[in-house]
Amino acid sequence: MIGISHYLLVATALFAIGAFGVVAKRNAIAILMSIELMLNAVNINFVAIDRYLAPGGALGQLFAVFVIAVAAAEVSVGLALVISIYRQRRSVNLDDFNLLKW
Amino acid sequence: MTLTLHDATFALLALLTLGAALGVVLARNIVHSAFLLVLTFLGVAGLFLTLDAGFLGLVQVLVYGGAISVLVVFAVMLLMSEQAGQTNPPGASRFTRWAGGVGAVALALALGAAVCTTAWEPGSGPRPEAVAELARLMLGDYVVPFEAAAVLLLLAVVGAIILAKGEDGR
Repeated sequence: MIGISHYLLVATALFAIGAFGVVAKRNAIAILMSIELMLNAVNINFVAIDRYLAPGGALGQLFAVFVIAVAAAEVSVGLALVISIYRQRRSVNLDDFNLLKW
Repeated sequence: MTLTLHDATFALLALLTLGAALGVVLARNIVHSAFLLVLTFLGVAGLFLTLDAGFLGLVQVLVYGGAISVLVVFAVMLLMSEQAGQTNPPGASRFTRWAGGVGAVALALALGAAVCTTAWEPGSGPRPEAVAELARLMLGDYVVPFEAAAVLLLLAVVGAIILAKGEDGR
């Protein structure tokens, strides 16, 4: 019988995969993708808790909508930043972005 | 113990989502990562549908499966310069790769243990019509965050245009 803990476990695994991607990848776009995975995991948590623990309202779904809106803003600005720095360095690998190091 | 249709759907969607997510972080080709990311988004949309959140599932398909995926694929196509097989390499140092792997597994174990040991108390009560309830919340109690999100989206679009245009409008 599938309950809330199964959904939360899937979200946990998805979040961990995203966290691994953020730490272990080199490509800036891949890191943005990993952040999207983590945001999706959080959305699963919101909706599962809304469905199982507080079925009287839709507050969890509302917060998931806000998370989706903020994620859309974040990914558009993030990709614009990557495109902008690609012009300077001809690369999307974070290892090459050492302009601020002394 | 019987396997209902809901359980089977959940298991399939969970496998699809997690498998595609693993593919996103493990693929060496960024184009494969981008398309597996779309698959992950659609799997999450399916999970929303199994949670009786039909509206949110459709929003997920539209915003993530449509808009954000296109944006990511567009950026990938624009910025690919090397051999396709080397576009998405793992981190340069062995330390960050292992730190990422061990840290992610530890995070999953800790959060998973917390999920398993918590006694969840299912709520009860009639479920309202989700879309009507969302509309009531968005344009009622939460109208200020709703408007703030609208302004944020506008600012993000303007900022993205300015950033991607370059300083002298090339």
